[in-house]
Amino acid sequence: MVRILIPPTLRRLCGGEDTLQLRARSVGELIGQLHTRYHGVRDRLCDDQGRIRGSVLVYVNDEDIRFLQSQGTPLKPGDEVSIIPAYAGG
Amino acid sequence: MFVMSNSNGFMKALKCRECGHEYPLAATHVCEFDFGPLEVAYDYERIAKSLTRDVICSRPQTMWRYRELLPIAGEPTVGRQVGYTPLVRADRLAKRLGIRELWIKNDAVNYPTLSFKDRVVSVALSRSVELGFRTVACASTGNLANSVAANAAAAGLQCFVFIPHDLEQGKVLNSLIYGASVIGIRGHYDEVNRLCAEIAGKYPWAFVNVNMRPYYAEGSKSMGFEIQEQLGWRIPEHTVVCMASGSLLTKIHKSYQEFSKLGLVPETPWKIHGAQATGCNPITQAQKAGLDFFKPQRPNTIAKSLAIGTPADGFYALRVMKETGGSGDDVTDDEIREGIRLLAECEGIFAETAGGVTVGVAKKLIAAGKIPSGSSAVLCITGNGLKTLDAVVGHVGEPRDIKPSLREFEALLARENPKLVPA
Repeated sequence: MVRILIPPTLRRLCGGEDTLQLRARSVGELIGQLHTRYHGVRDRLCDDQGRIRGSVLVYVNDEDIRFLQSQGTPLKPGDEVSIIPAYAGG
Repeated sequence: MFVMSNSNGFMKALKCRECGHEYPLAATHVCEFDFGPLEVAYDYERIAKSLTRDVICSRPQTMWRYRELLPIAGEPTVGRQVGYTPLVRADRLAKRLGIRELWIKNDAVNYPTLSFKDRVVSVALSRSVELGFRTVACASTGNLANSVAANAAAAGLQCFVFIPHDLEQGKVLNSLIYGASVIGIRGHYDEVNRLCAEIAGKYPWAFVNVNMRPYYAEGSKSMGFEIQEQLGWRIPEHTVVCMASGSLLTKIHKSYQEFSKLGLVPETPWKIHGAQATGCNPITQAQKAGLDFFKPQRPNTIAKSLAIGTPADGFYALRVMKETGGSGDDVTDDEIREGIRLLAECEGIFAETAGGVTVGVAKKLIAAGKIPSGSSAVLCITGNGLKTLDAVVGHVGEPRDIKPSLREFEALLARENPKLVPA
C-alpha cells in the first residue's frame, strides 16, 4: 500500500480523511484510483489534457515528481505521496 | 474551528484568481476546485469614498495610511509603525548606471526587522489575531522568519519559524533573539515550504505564507503605494523588483493599478522588471525564453533570500512583466557583490544580497537599453546588508592596522594617497 497525505483543499471531497492508503504502481495510476473512490479528484488535480495542474505539487518520499518522472513516477508499497498546493511560501 | 470577525472592513470575499469561485474571509489560501490562489476582493466603491489624497496625508507616516486597501477588518493590532521607508533620489548611482533619474525605495530600514517582510507580516498577524489565532508560523528564507518572530513577540503570540538549516548566521540569530521556536530544515527552501504545507494541514496555526497568504501577500502593495505618494502622486516609468516567489513584483503592479483606478494618481504607462540571481533564475530564464511558465530549479546562489526554485507566483510575475512591457534578467554572485558595493559607495545604503541582485540587474537592463537612459526608474531594495555579512566578507578589503602613531599614519597615507600628504 502507498500512503497519501491529503491536503485540506481536498479533504471535503475525500470524506474528511487526511491520509489514505491505496494500491498503485505510479502517480498517474494513484490519481485514477483516488478518482474512482472519490469522484471528481482527477478534475481538481489535472487539467483538460489530464496533466497535473501547475497549481498542484506532488511529492513521492519528499521528492518533487517533476524532478522524477512526473505522472509516470513509479510507486512501491510503503511509499508516501504528498499532494500540496503550489501557491504557498515566498 | 476559526472565529470570524463580525465586520469585514473593506473586504468582500476571498476569490479564486483562476475560476472566480468565492470563499468566506477565513484562513484558507487555495481554491477547492482547481487549487488556484485565493485573493482578497475589495469593495472599491466604498474605498473610493473613503480614501483620498487628503485623508492619506492626514494619517501617520506608516503603511497603514492606506488601510482601506489592506485586508484586515478592523484597526491594525500588530506592526502599527511599519513602513513609510525613505524614497531616496540616487543621483550618484544614476550617473554610474547611465540613467537620467533614479530612486531607491529603501526597505533596508523598514521597521522593526529591516526588510520589506515587516509589511506583509504586519497584515498577516493583524488578520490572524482577528481570526482568533494564538500561534503563528512561516516558511522562510530568513527575512520573513525575523519579522514573524519579532512581530509575534511584540504581540504576545506563540511563534514557530521554519528555515533552511544553512542560512546566514545573521538571519538565524535575528529570529532566535525574539524567543521564537526556530526549526532548521536540512533541505532547501522548497522543501521547507512543502513541510510547512503539510504541518499547516494538520495544526490549527496561522502560517503567514500558507493558509494566511491571501492577506499576507497584500501587505506588499504598501511598498508600491508609498513609492507613488513619495514620487509626488505619480507612477514611475520603470520599477525594478527582485523576485523570490515573484509575489512582491505582482503586488507592486497591483498597487499601481489600484491607485490609478481610484484616481489617486494619473494613469500613465509603467513597466515592471524582474531581477533574479543566475544561481536561481526560474522566472527570468522563462522570461528571456519568451515562455509563460517556468521550470523548477535547485538553487545555488549567495542571494539566499531569493533562493526559491519553485516560485509560487512565477506564472503571475511573468504575466506582469509581459503585460507591462517589462523585462527580466539575472546576475552572478560576483555581479551581486558588485551591486551591493555600487549602492553602498554611491548612496550610503547597505543592502543585502537581494539588493545587489536588483542593482546588478538594473545596470544590465539600462546598458541593454531595456530601461532607456533618458527615463526614470525606481529600484526596490528589500533587505539590509547587516544580515548577510557572510556574502561580502573577504570581498570588500580589510582595514589597515597601525600603531597610534602620527608617523605611521602619514607613512600609510604616503603609500596609498600621496596627494593628500602636505608638502
